[in-house]
Amino acid sequence: MSPLVLILLWELGSRTGVIPPRILAAPSSVIQTAWGMLVSGELPMNMLVSLGRAAAGLAIGITLGSVLAVIAGLTRAGEHAVDPPVQMLRTLPILALSPLFIVWFGIGETPKIALITLGTTFPIYLNLYNGIRGVDPKLIEAARSFGLKGWDLIVEVVLPGALPAFLLGLRFALAGSWLILVVAEQINASAGLGYLINNARDFSRTDVIVVCLVVYALLGLGADAIVRTLERHALAWRASFIKS
Amino acid sequence: MGQANIHPLNPTRPIAVPTENPSPIEPAVRVRGFTRRFGDTVVLRDLNLDIAPGEFVALLGRSGSGKTTLLRTLAGLDPAEADSVRTPGARAVVFQDARLLPWKRIWRNVALGLPGADARERAEAALKEVGLGHRLDVWPVTLSGGEAQRAALARALVREPKLLLLDEPFAAVDALTRIRMHELVLSLWRTHAPAVLLVTHDVDEAITLADRVLVLDEGRIAAEERVDLPRPRESGPQFPAIRRRLLRALGLEVAPPPIEGGLVAYPTREALS
Repeated sequence: MSPLVLILLWELGSRTGVIPPRILAAPSSVIQTAWGMLVSGELPMNMLVSLGRAAAGLAIGITLGSVLAVIAGLTRAGEHAVDPPVQMLRTLPILALSPLFIVWFGIGETPKIALITLGTTFPIYLNLYNGIRGVDPKLIEAARSFGLKGWDLIVEVVLPGALPAFLLGLRFALAGSWLILVVAEQINASAGLGYLINNARDFSRTDVIVVCLVVYALLGLGADAIVRTLERHALAWRASFIKS
Repeated sequence: MGQANIHPLNPTRPIAVPTENPSPIEPAVRVRGFTRRFGDTVVLRDLNLDIAPGEFVALLGRSGSGKTTLLRTLAGLDPAEADSVRTPGARAVVFQDARLLPWKRIWRNVALGLPGADARERAEAALKEVGLGHRLDVWPVTLSGGEAQRAALARALVREPKLLLLDEPFAAVDALTRIRMHELVLSLWRTHAPAVLLVTHDVDEAITLADRVLVLDEGRIAAEERVDLPRPRESGPQFPAIRRRLLRALGLEVAPPPIEGGLVAYPTREALS
C-alpha cells in the first residue's frame, strides 16, 4: 500500500469519525496546523532551539570521541588508559543516566547537551578507534619506506585511512543524537520540539504532536543526507563513488 | 668475454666487480656477517653481499629462504646493526602489491613525502617516464595492475635512489604486461643507473634482467651466477646452461634438453614457489 493511499484512508477515517481527533488528528488539519505554526514562527523558533542542542552536543561529542580515539588508536599507553574505561561505559544505556544528570546539572540546557554529548562520543570513538587500528599496515610501511614519519605519517596515511570508519561513526552519532534529543527534551524544557510535544500532550493537541513528529523525521533525513554528501566528497577515491 | 671491465650496455660505466674481488669503487650496498633471527629461527646467516653502484642484482630463493627479509633489511624496514649493513641514504622500494594510497591521486602518491615546491613537476615527469602522463589525476583504484606497478616505479624513481629495491614487483601482473615491465625497468635502470636488487621467484626473469643472479638458501648465498650476455636476452646459447645451474641451486635437478632446440618442459615459477 503506497503512503499516499494510507494518508487518504487516514483522512477518510477522520472525516467519517472513525478516528476521533483526540486519538489522531486528520492529515488535513495537521497540514493546516503546520502552516499556522510555521507562519507564527512558533515552529521555526522551537526547531532552532532543538537544532542548537543537537549541534552543541554533537560538536562536543565528536570532538571528545575523536580525541580519545586518536589517543587510544595511535599509542599503546593511550590504548591502555582510554580504551578499557570507554568500553566499560559504552555498555550503559545513555538514557538511563538522565536522572543522574538532572541531579548533577539541574534541569536547564546542561543535562540535555550532556546526554547528547555522551550519546555521540561513543559511536565516534568506537568507529574511529577501529578505523585507525585497521589502516593497512602495508600502506604505513610503504609510506615509512618513503621517509614519512611522525605527524606527516598520521596526517597523510593514518587519518585518511580511518576516514571511512569515522564517517560511519558520524552516521551513528547523528542518529543517536536525534533519539536522545527527543527524550532529553521531555525533561522540563521551556522551548524546543520536545517542549511543543509535551505541551500539546497536556492539551490533547494530536495535530501539533504529529507536526513535531514529522519535523523530527525530516530533520533526521536531512542529517543523513548531510553525511552522505560528506561521504561522496571525502571518499571520492572509493570505487563506488567514481563515475564510470 | 675480452671486455670484462666494460659494461655491456654502457661502455662508459665500469662493470660490477664480483664480491670476492674487491674493487677500488665503493660499493652501493655492503653487507658483512649479517645474521637475522626471528625467535629461534635463523633467517639470514652470517651473510655477505656487495652490490656495486649501478649493478643489477637478482635474488632468487624458495619461499622462506630469507630473500624478503634481506630486501626489507636493505630497505631499512627491518632493524640492522649499522656496522654489518651499509646502504645508500637514497633508496626506494617497489612492493609486489603497488601499495598506492587509495585516497591520493596518482601524482600525489608519487609526490608523497617529496620536499620542495616542485614536487608536482617532479612527480609529473616521473609519471611521464613510465608512460602514465595521461593518468596524473586519477584515483589509484581505477588503475590496472600493470599501471599501478608503473606508478609505484615512478614513485620510487622520483626519489632518485642510489639503490632500487624491487620485491617481486611483476609477480601479480599478466605475462604480456610482465614483458613490457621488464623493458621499462631496464630502460629506467639505464637512464638513472641505480644499483638494483630484484627479489623474484622467476629464474628466467632473473637471467633476463640482472648482471648477477644470487640464490639464497637457508639464509646463505648458495649460488652466484654472472650473466654476461648482451641484452635483450630472451634466448641465447648460454641461457639454458645458466638456467640449469640456477635451478640446481634452487634444488631442482633438470635434465639437459635431449635435442638442441627441442621442446622441453621446464619447471615453472609455480613449481618453485
